[in-house]
Amino acid sequence: MGAKYKTEPLKCWDKAKEIRLNYYKNFATAHEKGGLRWAGGAWSFDAIPAGLGDDVYPLTGEPYGAAVAFNKDFALKCHEAVEKAGYARDLCSYMRNYWGSILLNKYVFGGEFPKPDFIWQDHICCSHAKWYQVVRDLEGKDIPMHCIDVSVGPYEELTDNKLDYVVGQMHDGIEWLEAVTGRKYDDEKLIRAVHDHCRSESIWAEVCALNKTVPAPLDEKTMYSLYVHGTLNKSSKIVADFYEELRDEVRDRVKRGIAAVANERCRVMSDTQPPWAFLSVFRYLEKYGCVSVGSLYTFGLIGMWEIKEDGSWGPRKTPQEEGIEIKDRDKALRILASWELNKPEWQHFYFPQLKSEMMIRIAKEWKLDGVLLHYNRGCEGLSLGIAENRLALKEAGFPVMSFEGNMGDEREFDEAQTMTRIDAFMESLDFEKDVS
Amino acid sequence: MNVAGIDCGAKNVKALILEEGKIIAKSSVFSGFDQKAAAKEALDLVLKDAGLKKEDLSHITATGAGKEEVSFSQGTITEVGANAKAINFLFPSARTVIDIGAEEGRAIKISEKGKVVDFAINEKCAAGAGTFTETMARALEIKLEEMGALSLKSQKAVPMNAQCAVFAESEVVSLIHTKHTKEDIVRAVHDAIADRIASMARKIGIEKDVALVGGVARNIGFVDSLKRDLELDLLIPEDPEFSCALGAAYAAVEKAKGG
Ligand code: SF4
Repeated sequence: MGAKYKTEPLKCWDKAKEIRLNYYKNFATAHEKGGLRWAGGAWSFDAIPAGLGDDVYPLTGEPYGAAVAFNKDFALKCHEAVEKAGYARDLCSYMRNYWGSILLNKYVFGGEFPKPDFIWQDHICCSHAKWYQVVRDLEGKDIPMHCIDVSVGPYEELTDNKLDYVVGQMHDGIEWLEAVTGRKYDDEKLIRAVHDHCRSESIWAEVCALNKTVPAPLDEKTMYSLYVHGTLNKSSKIVADFYEELRDEVRDRVKRGIAAVANERCRVMSDTQPPWAFLSVFRYLEKYGCVSVGSLYTFGLIGMWEIKEDGSWGPRKTPQEEGIEIKDRDKALRILASWELNKPEWQHFYFPQLKSEMMIRIAKEWKLDGVLLHYNRGCEGLSLGIAENRLALKEAGFPVMSFEGNMGDEREFDEAQTMTRIDAFMESLDFEKDVS
Repeated sequence: MNVAGIDCGAKNVKALILEEGKIIAKSSVFSGFDQKAAAKEALDLVLKDAGLKKEDLSHITATGAGKEEVSFSQGTITEVGANAKAINFLFPSARTVIDIGAEEGRAIKISEKGKVVDFAINEKCAAGAGTFTETMARALEIKLEEMGALSLKSQKAVPMNAQCAVFAESEVVSLIHTKHTKEDIVRAVHDAIADRIASMARKIGIEKDVALVGGVARNIGFVDSLKRDLELDLLIPEDPEFSCALGAAYAAVEKAKGG
């Protein structure tokens, strides 16, 4: 069977690459420009340090860990260094890649590993809680660290008291930031960052929603290179503007019937972080005319959603769109906390059923034929309850294939066996390899 | 109409010819390092046995880990799909197939029509596969073929905790040192594999009837352990190790008929 649809590369691809590389470069060279560097997780409230100035550059740990994973040789060196230092092999592999870089004193983007001026973190999973504690053990106890505890349960159970608890820590955090950096905090910059944060996440959801279209304008492998900007610096104007440009291009692709996979005839989604060194899995799917249209992970880690009038999932309206005016620090923090705690990927840390419900929704609305579940040994957070998700998806009538691996440690992934599994799965769905 | 199914497995290549849906010849050769050559040899042997030439075959379908090595095949099918077809033909009442080959164990749920509904494969580990028993036979210094009968003579269940073939081997050695009988140790080995296979099968939900295929199905001691674990009887074909080749041959029939 030949190509069914027209396909073409994304026009904004080079820009996406450039923004990402600049981000890593800016962090490394921040001091040369008199700026500051902070390190923390991709889940941290990055809009808050933005109030310290435009020359304050973050390095989020998980995407850095993924970038290392993509470089198989360096990742292996990191793992060996971490194991030699006495840390267990079954810890979060992003975290191990990050620690390994410190131990080797090598930044995967070149040069020595840049030490942060302060750490700005929140605790969504157990690894998050420990990650930067060890960073301080390795890089020096003199690095000040502030962590926000966000363990307030799922959004549907959020109360004013719980919100106050998180917002209170944010207020404390701002005072702490002023104290450790000696800079005066600018609430206007915070307000602008909160606006951009909401804009980035709402637009990213819109991009993902456009993938409900048949043929899908984007495939998941490409989406990995795009959602990443949100994990780097979701509150930056650069990212929000880029997502707008991307959204416009994807809208145009939909209008012109441009497909990500020219022979699309089967649609699946995946789950959790992929084995980064083996994105070839997604190219292999294409041999069957199968496109992975995304996942709760790609949609819900950065995308912010709401239920629309017709009952379907669509991008959540930003505070700006709702006509909410943010006039002061407290309002900005309150909006930021409530917005983030509503994020889909936060919910299932509390109860796998919440994740199952969202996955089933995606499977239905994005018109899927099946689901590929990555039993990801590298992430205790997002793999939590995945076997239960499998049962729920099956019960809802969606065929599921599971495969074991590790997002950041290739020693735990068997490429040939995974491809064999895909063969069996595709065969069971009655899809044959496209031989043309 | 004559067709052939070739199962190019990790340890052996099995070939089988169907004439009007009936098995007329089978062959099995050691895979060795050159699977391509082994597949050719298996085909030559089975053709000779059937008194046929390659041109007499309307279609050849390959399966097994080395299916892509079977250069003379006209199509392929996965082991999961092949087993589903074979068992649906041999035991139409079967809804679950457990296949234990040299390097992989798999459980397959099939529909009334022999369609794959769900499947699970043991993960990157020999603990649920035939190689595991071979390693243990070596550790016990007994022949693989003796294991089944020995195990049935066991008087007591000895727990084996290791989840990995390497650790299990050292556990077997320590059981020898603590003066457990060989019979009990062999049963412990079989119970351990049965336990892993059963839990893998439970992942997809075991539905009766259950068929057992693959070379390990010839081991009566293991079969006994698995029956005990699953608390049900097992349907075992006459030549359990030929199940994949048979399924591939049925797939060849469908292809030859233009399906
Ligand atoms: S959620 Fe997963 S990837 Fe993120 S820190 Fe926790 S274990 Fe690591």
